[in-house]
Amino acid sequence: MVNLTVDGIKISVPEGSTILQAAKEVGVSIPTLCYHPDQAVKANCRVCVCEVEGNRLLQAACAMPVFEGMTVKTRTPKVLEARRTILELILANHPQDCLNCIRNGNCELQSLAEEFAIRDNPFENKVRGLPKDFSTPALFRDPDKCVLCRRCIEACSVIQSVNALGLEGRGVHSMVVPTLGKDLLESPCIMCGQCIHACPVGAIGENEQIDEFLAALADPNKIVVTQIAPAVRVAIAEEIGMTTGDMPMNVFVQGLRQIGFDYVLHTNFTADLTIMEEGNELLKRLKEGGTLPMFTSCSPGWINFCETFYPDLTNNLSTCKSPQQMFGSLVKTYWADKMGIDPANIYSVSIMPCVAKKFEAARPEMCSSGYRDVDLVLTTREIGRLFRMSGLDFNKLPGADFDPWMGKYTGAAVIFGASGGVMEAALRTVYEVVTGNTLEDVNFTVTRGITGIKEAEVDLNGTVVKVAIANGLANARKLMDQVRAGESPYHFIEIMACPGGCIGGGGQPITKANVKRVERIDAIYVEDEACEMRKSHINPEVTAIYEDFLHEPLGHKSHELLHTHYHNANKKFL
Amino acid sequence: MGYTDIIARYSDKPGGLIEAFHAVQKELSYLPEEVIVEAARIFNVPVAQAYGVASFYSMFSTKARGKNIIRICESAPCHVAGAAEVVAAIEAELGIKAGESTADGSFALELTECVGQCQATPVITINGKAYLDVNPAKIREILAEYK
Ligand code: FES
Ligand code: FES
Repeated sequence: MVNLTVDGIKISVPEGSTILQAAKEVGVSIPTLCYHPDQAVKANCRVCVCEVEGNRLLQAACAMPVFEGMTVKTRTPKVLEARRTILELILANHPQDCLNCIRNGNCELQSLAEEFAIRDNPFENKVRGLPKDFSTPALFRDPDKCVLCRRCIEACSVIQSVNALGLEGRGVHSMVVPTLGKDLLESPCIMCGQCIHACPVGAIGENEQIDEFLAALADPNKIVVTQIAPAVRVAIAEEIGMTTGDMPMNVFVQGLRQIGFDYVLHTNFTADLTIMEEGNELLKRLKEGGTLPMFTSCSPGWINFCETFYPDLTNNLSTCKSPQQMFGSLVKTYWADKMGIDPANIYSVSIMPCVAKKFEAARPEMCSSGYRDVDLVLTTREIGRLFRMSGLDFNKLPGADFDPWMGKYTGAAVIFGASGGVMEAALRTVYEVVTGNTLEDVNFTVTRGITGIKEAEVDLNGTVVKVAIANGLANARKLMDQVRAGESPYHFIEIMACPGGCIGGGGQPITKANVKRVERIDAIYVEDEACEMRKSHINPEVTAIYEDFLHEPLGHKSHELLHTHYHNANKKFL
Repeated sequence: MGYTDIIARYSDKPGGLIEAFHAVQKELSYLPEEVIVEAARIFNVPVAQAYGVASFYSMFSTKARGKNIIRICESAPCHVAGAAEVVAAIEAELGIKAGESTADGSFALELTECVGQCQATPVITINGKAYLDVNPAKIREILAEYK
């Protein structure tokens, strides 16, 4: 332990702590901008400077390690003045359009400007005037807003191993750019949107489509139907000032009806259906010597990654469409028929924790219903804005039910929202199908949690099936390299692109730290635990769709509507 | 020798990427996109990172430019000694502005920081060779060596 004094308060902290960490221990919160709790120290913004006795120059608290006998002052007039000047200089190169910014009210720079009472900036405002990049359907970049903290670069390279973003130039000319300074679409970007969470400002954001939604609502011919992804409920609470996980599902459904959806259904229904299709696909591959290990295919960022970096392994991907797209093709066929609605009038909107879903919905092949299967994807954040726009008080709203045929779900679908959930859900069903026994304890806890790579073994009537789970694409890469080298010991691999799984998706409420992801994961398993049914194959609406429409898993209809194929993304610059 | 072979010569040197870029640039006078992509492949680094290196150093150019690279020091000592007039003289002689290349691709004119020859200012370099105590009257003669 090291003893030091922070603002006159004595404290001892573990060796190697930074001033920032030590100060936190005594309740002093030093302002930061480039600092990120889950990333390497960058120390490029200097907002966190402090006085350290014996040092002539101010020191960056996020980078400077403590030493025995150190005396730190975090709020002397000299320090405050320096921080204000630093902020003024950063703001001098920042567009002054906070009112129209996607991060208005949720921007680290804006908060600092408020905390430091920045009024008349003595420095002239000079922005570079660079064009915005709207090349992908999922996210945009606004390079003028970039504060060069490099957090997005670390998210893209270290966490995701995608390397779509890098630095260009040097000194005052340096910029964060997609590969070779081209637009994002030409880079290897897989559209996971983790850079959005990393960015402290509005330099990167989701392709916001609220206007398209409002236009659909205003069209009297359109019947606006929605599906909610498993990870959304636990996080939507954060968008409206509630605690993670605290939004009751039926109140959420009421909220969606209030903002104008004609019918509210659930992606969880097709998550259960995915288990039926994917579980049977796995059994078929095991039995018939198909390509193994089989990879899950629910996460569109992961699919993009596989098509970009491992196009030679796309045969390992399950041919199952993601639950979003299964829902899309069924809502305009099966459901339309059940409800007696002309599918041509259905406008299908999905609510997703994900920005890559916007890209997935726009894939040319995703029109097996004869129409665009999913017309619009809104993220959790966009729905949060619609809720706030509508002035809903969720403490007072009465509950409401889902509409019939595609709204029922089991706990197995709920856990699709967290890393390991698809695997656990599959195991719950596959085990019962293969052994004919009832699973006494449905909890496969080894598959749970935010750990990068998890593995497990299950004995299915004497056949030991080995499975692995990865979240975050740098972790996925390790498993993929094994497969490519022919050294993978696994039969089934679940990959979710985002850290922690969909609960940490690029469309979720801005999540700076992994501790928030862990809270959401916990909320997911609380919800699963509370479900009466926790195995996909006992969902009565799933039974009904097989009886009335699909007839059997992997059957002709399923093949037509629920399965897909993959391409080589043919990206030039990796 | 093609650029792939040039780059490959440095592939197992630590920091070889920078040397490879220098070697290719000596041949092509700049670093075209294909070279950066190929170097990334050979050194097994992401293209974004190789591009970061190529764009970081002022001696590398990622834009096409003239074959003979004239650089004029614009740091204080040369500035005081009349670098601006030298720039003007070269600009007039070549019909281009600093930062441009001649239409025939023979010359590129660039500004640079101190080149460490402050004992004999102003200084220009052409393809790395320094010319000391330059003045506008000497320009034509110096450039003639490269025409
Ligand atoms: S937060 Fe310490 S330098 Fe940016
Ligand atoms: S690098 Fe972080 S805002 Fe641009």
